[in-house]
Amino acid sequence: MSVNLIAPHREADLAREVALATGTREPIAIEGNGSKRALLRPVQAARTLSTRNLTGITLYRPTELVISARAGTPLPEIEAALAEKAQMLAPEPPDTRALFGTDLPATIGGIVAANLSGPRRITAGAIRDHVLGIRFVNGAGEVVRSGGRVLKNVTGLDLCKLLTGSHGTLGVITEVTIKVLPAGETSATLAVRVPDLETGIRTLSAGLGSPYGVTAAALLPDAQGPLALLRLEDFAASVAYRSGRLAEDLARFGEIRVIGAEESLPLWRGVRDAAPLAAASEEAVWRVSVRPSAGAKVAQAAQALGGRALLDWGGGLVWIAGPATETAHAAVMAAAEAARGTFTLFRAPEPLRAAVAVLPEEPPALAGIAARVKAALDPAGVLNPGRMRAGL
Amino acid sequence: MIALPPPKQDILARRDEIVAALRAIVPGEGTISEPLRLKPYETDGLSAYRQPPLAVVLPTSTDQVARIMRYCHEQGIRVVPRGAGTSLSGGALPLEDAVVIGLMRMNRILEVDFDDRLAVVEAGVTNLGITKAVEHEGFFYAPDPSSQLACMIGGNVNMNSGGAHCLKYGVTANNLLGVTFVTPTGDVVEVGGAHLDAAGYDWLGLLTGSEGQLGIVTEVTVRILRGPEGARAMLAAFKGTEIAGQAVDAIIGSGIIPVALEFMDKPCIHACEAFAHAGYPLDAEAMLIIEVEGSEAEQDDLLGRIKEICARFDPISLKVATSAEESMAIWKGRKGAFGAVGRISPDYLCMDGTIPTGELPHVLKRIGEMSDDYGLKVANVFHAGDGNLHPLIMFDANDPESFRKAEAFGADILKLCVEVGGCLTGEHGVGVEKRDLMGVQFEPHELDQQRRIKSAFDPAWLLNPHKVFPLEAAQ
Repeated sequence: MSVNLIAPHREADLAREVALATGTREPIAIEGNGSKRALLRPVQAARTLSTRNLTGITLYRPTELVISARAGTPLPEIEAALAEKAQMLAPEPPDTRALFGTDLPATIGGIVAANLSGPRRITAGAIRDHVLGIRFVNGAGEVVRSGGRVLKNVTGLDLCKLLTGSHGTLGVITEVTIKVLPAGETSATLAVRVPDLETGIRTLSAGLGSPYGVTAAALLPDAQGPLALLRLEDFAASVAYRSGRLAEDLARFGEIRVIGAEESLPLWRGVRDAAPLAAASEEAVWRVSVRPSAGAKVAQAAQALGGRALLDWGGGLVWIAGPATETAHAAVMAAAEAARGTFTLFRAPEPLRAAVAVLPEEPPALAGIAARVKAALDPAGVLNPGRMRAGL
Repeated sequence: MIALPPPKQDILARRDEIVAALRAIVPGEGTISEPLRLKPYETDGLSAYRQPPLAVVLPTSTDQVARIMRYCHEQGIRVVPRGAGTSLSGGALPLEDAVVIGLMRMNRILEVDFDDRLAVVEAGVTNLGITKAVEHEGFFYAPDPSSQLACMIGGNVNMNSGGAHCLKYGVTANNLLGVTFVTPTGDVVEVGGAHLDAAGYDWLGLLTGSEGQLGIVTEVTVRILRGPEGARAMLAAFKGTEIAGQAVDAIIGSGIIPVALEFMDKPCIHACEAFAHAGYPLDAEAMLIIEVEGSEAEQDDLLGRIKEICARFDPISLKVATSAEESMAIWKGRKGAFGAVGRISPDYLCMDGTIPTGELPHVLKRIGEMSDDYGLKVANVFHAGDGNLHPLIMFDANDPESFRKAEAFGADILKLCVEVGGCLTGEHGVGVEKRDLMGVQFEPHELDQQRRIKSAFDPAWLLNPHKVFPLEAAQ
């Protein structure tokens, strides 16, 4: 971590700092509150530029389903403002404080830059699906806008998508506009005790393929065997009706318990934050994304390397905790590749993160395009160099 | 009229040689060069603009597309991709010196997986064709543009197409898992796949809606969804556009996201009623069609809540469908809106701006004033939940002055959309139609940033160089 932290209070000052860095070709680490500093590869930079002082909700129109906030606005502040109007960020971004052992909450800019979504992602879409507009500072120090504050917009190239998930390597996000949705009036969770992971995933698939609007589907490791969880959220009468119908449909997979809203809420908060993984502080954590039917195989590979797995997104997201070694990492990579999916080394001690590919390599044609796109946005290569891939 | 870049004379001079080279890649009927057979490819849904291409080639595989692209790249030949040619913004408009790559023969469904809820299809499969392939299991592909019977998924990806039901289900970008595309230099690249979320840059998101600027999409993996138990519509008519807008706000504010929420103004109601006899109230200034989904009891509950909300806004009439047949009758007029307007006017331009929904009364008032100023009639349909406005400007194509006025009127509407915080295009794309208005929405350095990203994919600007960006940049 760098000692020199610059945290401008105004976008124009932040833009000037980026232009200066480009002028002198001195790399800068980019962050919000630094809550995900230990994610991906370590950045070699003498100075850190933070958006943490660019704060505040700048527009919130509940009836238009949009909220805009400066990048450094803490996520809990946004969630609280939405909750007041019974609305929510549909992708349910995780709170990574426990995983990374940090105190400060994530900023909205950091959540967008990491495109980090939780359980509802399987049906409601990812953060990238809800970013309507973005303001960012490119490597030249110019403030660039893309998208806007309306729900439908196909005007020009969609740089919102490109910047979302680019981890500060293409530009410094200074303000985002996000589509929000009404929060369900209530919720219920069906917990199905299944004999094995394969049956568990078939249970989740049956739920997600039903007409009852399942909003999350996870498979938890448990002392008594895997537990398949399926969540319903809507008006109370709907939730009551659908949980009954769904329980009938899923009875063939195992014994079912219906969990009410009060118990359901902390349960899903845990899944969102990968709490059931119970990752020890010295362990590495991976997120592997595969087609749901391949999730069981990936989880078994995790167990073979002495790790544990938690499956979300109907089985398509496999959280893995295991030994922080290159051997374990190679095994996770191989499992992801065999399933034709992707992986992220989400958390690991710095030496491991610096030594291995934390994301899959891109094929040569795409790697060439990636290098040119990076240069098109960050010509001097000063923004978070090496954070996602060595040399980029 | 919108200008096209001057053709490269050396390319025109080598036409026969180029056609022969294309024929070596795609033999027989798959390469077209006879003027009469090029005619169907000279325009698309924006039929005021016509330009026959140098040649048309209709590949049947990703490999053929890659070989065509490699050849065109080596020879410096411009390329225009084409799906079904239903673009309303001139997205498939050729150039005199360009090769049109038509994807319509790539129309195979490669894989359907109900457990993983996805389908892998070639770019030339129609939007409705995907739903047809999965509906026997109760599944569907959600984005439903009005042209869904004809338009192809490759075109939907490139335009990020929406539809009447995207308030609940999102647009194309929200329903894709992966694409295979061919780069302007002829490399085949797969992005995404059967899994969610890219690890790395979101190439899939960048390609979606890129209007054929970055590559040629040949295969698409889409999410398929299980359909609801049922759906039903209701109709609510009001004395003013402002009050109808307030009703929309109140519905959304109550926590209900209807699957569709359509708004029609008085001229549109009249045109549709004359055409479809759907029983629309002719004394209303504005009308909403609201559709909800779920079991019969859930539909009753939601429609009851919505009816109660609408009743607070002094409605002229409220009609809740009690059966699928009654729902269809309510939708009948709206679905025929474009045809209905076509019946009262020889020609019309369908505009496509988006506005913050709270601005609707102001925007409709201003459009009404402009209509008087230009002396051209206009009917408005509006996806009210998401702010996507479709003014239909009526004109006579046989009168050049009338067309010129219609284009100017349309440009003024789009400028107004941007002025109130919206955008130039919600779902039809920029194409050639709105290319020269891009400066209204973006600062010069913002357009330059987008152009540099295009250059990263297409350094020689051979792919669709006459679209999306103001022309001076392409030269």
